[in-house]
Order: sequence, then structure tokens, then C-alpha cells
Amino acid sequence: MGLYLLSFILFLVGLYGVLTKANIVKIILGSGIMGYAVNLFLILIAYRSGGTFPILLPGKDPGMMVDPLPQALVLTSIVIELGTTALLVALAVNIYKHYGTLDVRKVRRLKG
Amino acid sequence: MIASYFVIIPLLSGFVLAMSGKRSKFAELVALIATSLLLFLSILLFALIDSSGTIVYQLSGWKIPYTISLVIDSLSAFVLFLVSLIAFLSTLYSIGYMKRFRSLSNYYALLMLLIAGLNGVTVTGDLFNLFVFMEVSLIATYALVAFQGEAEHYEAAFKYAILGSISSTIILFGIGCVYSATSSLTLMQISIKSADIPVLYLAYGLFLTGFGLKASMFPFHSWLPDAHPSAPSPVSAMLSGVLIKVLGAYAMIRVFFMVFQRSDLVLGSLLVIGSITMIIGAIMAFGQSDIKRMLGFSSVSQMGYIVFALGLGTPLGILGAIYHMLNHAVLKGTLFLDAGAIEMAEGTRDLEKMTGKSNKTVYVSTLMASMGISGVPPFGGFFSKLVIIMAAIYTGKYIYALIALAVSVVTLTYYLKMLKKAFPSTGDAKIPLSMKSTLIIMSLLTLVTAILFIPSIREITLDKVVDCVINREAYSQLFMAGGN
Repeated sequence: MGLYLLSFILFLVGLYGVLTKANIVKIILGSGIMGYAVNLFLILIAYRSGGTFPILLPGKDPGMMVDPLPQALVLTSIVIELGTTALLVALAVNIYKHYGTLDVRKVRRLKG
Repeated sequence: MIASYFVIIPLLSGFVLAMSGKRSKFAELVALIATSLLLFLSILLFALIDSSGTIVYQLSGWKIPYTISLVIDSLSAFVLFLVSLIAFLSTLYSIGYMKRFRSLSNYYALLMLLIAGLNGVTVTGDLFNLFVFMEVSLIATYALVAFQGEAEHYEAAFKYAILGSISSTIILFGIGCVYSATSSLTLMQISIKSADIPVLYLAYGLFLTGFGLKASMFPFHSWLPDAHPSAPSPVSAMLSGVLIKVLGAYAMIRVFFMVFQRSDLVLGSLLVIGSITMIIGAIMAFGQSDIKRMLGFSSVSQMGYIVFALGLGTPLGILGAIYHMLNHAVLKGTLFLDAGAIEMAEGTRDLEKMTGKSNKTVYVSTLMASMGISGVPPFGGFFSKLVIIMAAIYTGKYIYALIALAVSVVTLTYYLKMLKKAFPSTGDAKIPLSMKSTLIIMSLLTLVTAILFIPSIREITLDKVVDCVINREAYSQLFMAGGN
């Protein structure tokens, strides 16, 4: 239970970073931390204490295994986060080119 | 097998387009062929579902729950038709409109990726797969919003991308909660298992927030009026027309009505949030002078109607929501394409600076779509709003019905203001043939959707979709039939 709580706190740290920081790079890092927290949460769901790796070997009774499905999900979600982060960084580079700053308080040409 | 073509065709053509280099004629041809093929297939689907029931396709020869399944029932077929229709018309319009931009093959490749993601969300029968396709369409969208390459466009795209990635993370969190409670990701199996487990309030809250952000529901509506106007006009039509409906409204219908047990708490919050969204959207739209920004706020307001109708929870309310999804896709699509034509003729998007250079075709189709969206009788928009208000009255929610009626009047006011400012006179600016023909087809469609209200036609179209949403049993039976 303590581990779940810790990963939830990590999620909140990421959310705090996205919502309160003014620097665009820090905002991107915050969204990355949120993603890692959720990945950790998925891995924690799969964990069985004392379980072995989920591969069937010939002639051996595997006993209790950890759940392999969330691990596959985490791999997929890491790839997706890679794509999103790359795009965010590309946008940040272009914002810096056009506005000359990475401070979100000064990047305000859209109103309303 | 037909189910997988809806993802394969746009993905393959997107790949071909990205590889094809600078040949713009070739890019236009490939995009047009792909989208017209999709439109043809999606019309074919209705006949297929009528004759052989729901289509279930299981990938790579395994059985569910060990594989990802693609499921097309009446609801999916309806949404697929909506996506294909608007995608086809946007592509047709793009041929004339996008001439002034470079790297056209990249534009069409991103558009195809967007369509592949939207179709994937619609056909999938797996919760995690839904998340993956959602991300595919969103990544394409972030790039398309920034496509015009001015400072404001990057700003809008960044704002949208950050909010989008927060909502995706929240949805993934929700998927984790659902998996830990049901040990399954197949939607049909969760639908069976959710009867035996305690109510997952945490997962409900996470999904409501995540999908609500994508549907631009009230506390999270601020990204839409920045992001949608920044995209090129045909893409704005795709975003406001179908993206917010597929990722927001369709996903909510699928998850809250067909997969999870019906929860009065969720319905109640949809009702309240929906009505606040329509009021806020209408008030904000009133003060805008940028034409596309005003249309963006109007989209927020109309999404409020759809969410509100879903919150009523009765079959009539669901009918209203689904019918309004169709109408709003057509009407807002028309309006954004008109805005593109006006911008092209005037050289500005500011209503105060317009001198009335755009021609009669644009004027007539803007007039028709504006009347339709504010709910003036002969157009489709009137009938769907009528159904929503009637549904509110039948469930005894008179105050909400009054709010919906009042917002409709406010909508009429700001559209009349737009018409007066944008067309002080009608000029004779030339617009390309592809844009003109699209506008004519779209404005005819605003009238055609009204036909669906006639009871005998409604029975074979919209009522089937509503039956499909209400009939949870049939959805979970698919698992028994398709599984081991």
C-alpha cells in the first residue's frame, strides 16, 4: 500500500510541476514525471511478492509468476511518451525561436 | 476483416504520402482516393451489420481475451460514417485551400494519421488499444495545429499538447485501476465482470476527467478556442467536427454506458457540467471578434448540449446526443470551411475589418449553417435540439430545459452578429472549384440531416444506434460468442 501511495505522490509532484512552473522545459519534465508515476503504478499492479519471471520453461513447474501484461503495457506507453515528449520539445524549440524566451508568462499572444 | 481496413487504409496511405517527397498532385490524389474508399466502406458497413449482425474481428488468429479485438456495432458504424464523411469533404476542400502552403505531402500524411487514430478509437474492443489510438490521433493533431508555422500557432499547439498529455496520463491511470480490479482489458469482458465488483469511483473520476478534457468540458475548455482556430481551416473542421466527439463523447458513451455499470453520480455530474459548459461557451463566443475563435467557443457550447443530453440518461436523451453529434459535425464543419473561404477572400479573420469581399456561395452556406446551429426549423440542428429539450422535459428537469432554450437564443444572436459583420455586402472573390463544390455539398447536408427526424427513417438509422447503446446484454454476449 505504501508503494502505491508513493507512486501517487510522484504523480502529484509531476502535476504540480506542470501547473505551477513558468519555464517550458520544466513543464515538459513535469509531464514526463507524471508519465513515469503511472508506469510505476502499472508495474506495481503486476508484482506478486515471491513471483518469478513469466516464462514457461520445459520440465519445470513455474510456480507463481508476476503478471506479464502490465509490463507490455508499460513498454507501449513508454514509446508513446517518447513520441509526445519529442514533439513537445520540438514545439518548445520553435517557441523559443519566435518569442525569444522560454517563460510561459511572456508567451501570451493568444487572448481570451 | 473489413474492420481492420479502417485502420490499414489511412495508415498505409499516410506512410506512402510521407515517403512521396514534394509531388503535391500525387499527394492530393492518394489522400482523395483513401478517404473516398473509407467513405464507401463505411456506407457498406450499415448493410453488413443489417445482414450479419455485429462484426467482430480478432487479430492474429487468437481468441479474446488473449488478443486485441476489433468490434463494429451500430454505434461504431455510425461514428465511422461521421468520421469518413467529414474526412472526405475536408480532403476535397484542402485541394483548393492548401495550395499556398509548402510540404503538402506532410500535411496529407498527418491528416491520414489523424483519421487512422480516430477510426482506431472507434473500432477497437480493447481498453488499452483505445488509449494507443487516441495518442496516435492526438500526436497528429498537435503537429497539424502548429502546421501554419506562425508564433501563435506554436503557442496554441504547446498549450494543447500539454493539456492533452495530462489527460492521456490520467486515462492511463484509470486503465491501470480498471485492470487491477477486473484483470481484463477486453471491453466486453469488463462489461460482464463490472457487475460483480464494487463500484470503481476512482476509475470513474479519472475517466470523466480524462475524456472530459478531450471533449472540452467546463473546467477544461480553455485549450479548444486556441487550438482549433490555429489549425488550417479543413483541419479545424476535422477537429471541431469529429475529433472532440470521437475522443470525448464517443469514448464516454462506450465506457460509461456500455462497459461500466450505470452510475447516477456520473450521469448527474455530466448533466451539471454539460449545462455549465453550454452557458460558458455561449457567453464567451458572444464577445469574440476573431471569426474562427468565435466558432471555437461555439463548439464548446455545442459539446455542452451533447454532454448534457448524455447526462439525462434516458433513451430519448441518448438519441438527442447522437443526433446532435451528427448535426454539429456537419454544421460546424461547414462553418469552419466557410471561415477559411472568408479568410482567403478578406485576408483577415477579424470581424471588424471585414469589407464583404467573399462571394454568394460562401454567404448562402454560412447563412444556412448558422441558422442550423442556432436551431431554426427546417435545418437538422433544430430537430436535434428539440429532441434534447423534449428529453429534459420528460425527465422533469424543467430548469435545464429552459437553460438549453436560452442558450439556443444566445447562439442565434452571436451568429446573426457574425453574419452582419462578415457580409456587409457580397463581393465576387474567386474561390477554387474544389472549395466551392465542398461548400455546396456541406450546405445541402445541413438540410439532409433533418430527414432523419422522420419516424420511419429514424427507425432504421438513429434508433438502431440508441438500441445498441442501451442494450448492454448484447454487447457482453459478444464476448461469450467470440471468446473460448
